[in-house]
Amino acid sequence: MRSLSTCFIAIRALRRNKLRSVLTGLGIIIGVAAVIAIVSIGNGAKAQVEAQVASLGQNVISILSGNYTSGGLRSGGGGAGTLSPEDAIAIAREIPDAIAVSPEVRDRAQILANGLNWNTSVIGEGTDYLLIRAWDLAKGAMFTEQDVRSVGKVCIVGQTVVDQLFPDGDAVGQTLRIRNIPFKILGVLKGKGYNLFGQDQDDVVVVPYTSSMKRVSKRTNLNSILVQASSPEKMDRVQQDITDLLTQRRSGREPDFTVRNQIELAQAATATANTMTLLLGIVAAVSLVVGGIGVMNIMLVSVTERTREIGIRLSIGAHDRDIRIQFLIEAMILSGLGGAIGVALGAGLSEGLAYLNGWNTSIPAWSVFAGLGGSALIGVIFGYFPASKASQLDPIEALRFE
Amino acid sequence: MQPVVQLEDIHRVYDTGEIKVHAVRGVTLTIQKGEFIAIMGSSGSGKSTLMNTLGCLDQPTSGRYLLDGIDVSGLGRNQRADIRNQKLGFVFQGFNLLSRTTALENVELPMLYSKNRLTARELRDRAMHALDIVGLAARHDHFPNQLSGGQQQRVAIARSLVNHPQVLLADEPTGNLDTRTSIEVLGVFQKLNDQGITIVMVTHELDIARFCKRNLVVRDGLVVRDEQVKDRSIAAIELDRHRDAETAAKLTGHVA
Repeated sequence: MRSLSTCFIAIRALRRNKLRSVLTGLGIIIGVAAVIAIVSIGNGAKAQVEAQVASLGQNVISILSGNYTSGGLRSGGGGAGTLSPEDAIAIAREIPDAIAVSPEVRDRAQILANGLNWNTSVIGEGTDYLLIRAWDLAKGAMFTEQDVRSVGKVCIVGQTVVDQLFPDGDAVGQTLRIRNIPFKILGVLKGKGYNLFGQDQDDVVVVPYTSSMKRVSKRTNLNSILVQASSPEKMDRVQQDITDLLTQRRSGREPDFTVRNQIELAQAATATANTMTLLLGIVAAVSLVVGGIGVMNIMLVSVTERTREIGIRLSIGAHDRDIRIQFLIEAMILSGLGGAIGVALGAGLSEGLAYLNGWNTSIPAWSVFAGLGGSALIGVIFGYFPASKASQLDPIEALRFE
Repeated sequence: MQPVVQLEDIHRVYDTGEIKVHAVRGVTLTIQKGEFIAIMGSSGSGKSTLMNTLGCLDQPTSGRYLLDGIDVSGLGRNQRADIRNQKLGFVFQGFNLLSRTTALENVELPMLYSKNRLTARELRDRAMHALDIVGLAARHDHFPNQLSGGQQQRVAIARSLVNHPQVLLADEPTGNLDTRTSIEVLGVFQKLNDQGITIVMVTHELDIARFCKRNLVVRDGLVVRDEQVKDRSIAAIELDRHRDAETAAKLTGHVA
């Protein structure tokens, strides 16, 4: 095999012309770095969106109460309060793929503790709530079925509430007053941050829904019911079953509820991030192609400049193929090496941008392989023309070239 | 003994479209092993074309060329490249070394295009041996621009020797060198020839041709004279004579 020695020759030739090699590689370096940086930033944004969507809970279906009109005054969504705790119990009992159900009563209230007060969202939930929202406790424990049945004066609190009312940080076991009724804090939720709509999800007190209905909001019905389906594939089925069940329970009355799921929301949000990544990726790919054309230009100039060298090589026994492969390998090494440096530079760039702007970035493995493979491919494609031009030179003419 | 080179009625016509240039018009030539030939002629005489034909760089329009018993006149581009690599060594007027490449790497070059694969160590050993023959082993790591013209030409000679060629072809090898360096380079050729290497050299200087054993004169594409050199110049003696002359010139210069 002479390919090995041809590789050797190409490497020697590149080493001889360091400046030219670096300049040629620069186009590819910038192109690949741009691709990697943009893809990783886009990917980070997508991951952030996905994390936010996941923070809403997996396979969650919400049943919202309908609205009412009274003397021309319309209540708005959920105002009718047509959902009852019995509806929730019926769903849990009748639909096997509804693996977790939580009745929900929402309210806002002024809360007091430690001589400090704070206005926050007080929501009444079932014991499955944390499971549905995929939310863990940082400290303590969730209230139990027993607490729900006994309309217990217990609660768990979000991180923001702890920060506001318990500056010392130790909230578990303490008491806070909601509308002047003392509630014992059983646990503290882990921080979840802001949701897709910019609301602080940690600014919350969760009490048993029964406690909310009897002691806090004094409502006789639910705002909504949260249901978790056993798998994403079962979502549609469960949604339909809930609609059927609730319609049946209303024995022919107009449906006074709506059933929604979060998949649509997730899809919309992810699609936006994907579109941005694609768009920027195309811009970066164009710059990579421009870099490839740069490699071709320099290789063409290099062929002319090195005519005599090619003549020498041909005269001492190089085949067409040897010259062609030498130039091809030179182009490939240049773009491959440029690609590798570009990957490193792009990774550094995205890390730097992430650090400066507080973005999330993640460099997917495929983009590294695509960057390296793509740049090597560009080396072959744009190196081929100059390489075959060089290989077709007449040794006598080439030797005479000044 | 089988001749190294046999040219039989070689013609070479350059077809430039309207005009046909008849550069070589029927050359028949036999070169035996161990000969040292100068091909002389003015520019346009066809000596370069003849040399390119001998060097398998060019194909004759008609005629037969046997090199080492092999008919090479009908061979393709790459086959001729192999012949050049294995059976011929080239020394050019302009040295034609690769710039920014050490003397050693330059000498290794023909072996890299060789059919039989050599290890890096063998490459180095053979290249060093060739450099040693031309007396430049100590400067193997020098770049061409760090070497004098004579030294560069000796590196080129080492490169031409490294694959043990049948014939060494030198195209005006002293054309870019001063008198003393020319004699030194011719001394290297004479030494190689004494060891049995066949050398064909193109020159237009009679002085240079007198270092060879046989002189050919080419005119209008034909060999018009073919004679053995009678009182051949020997490089060692000429070098002494040249040195004496220089010393004398210096002395007279001082006296004056």
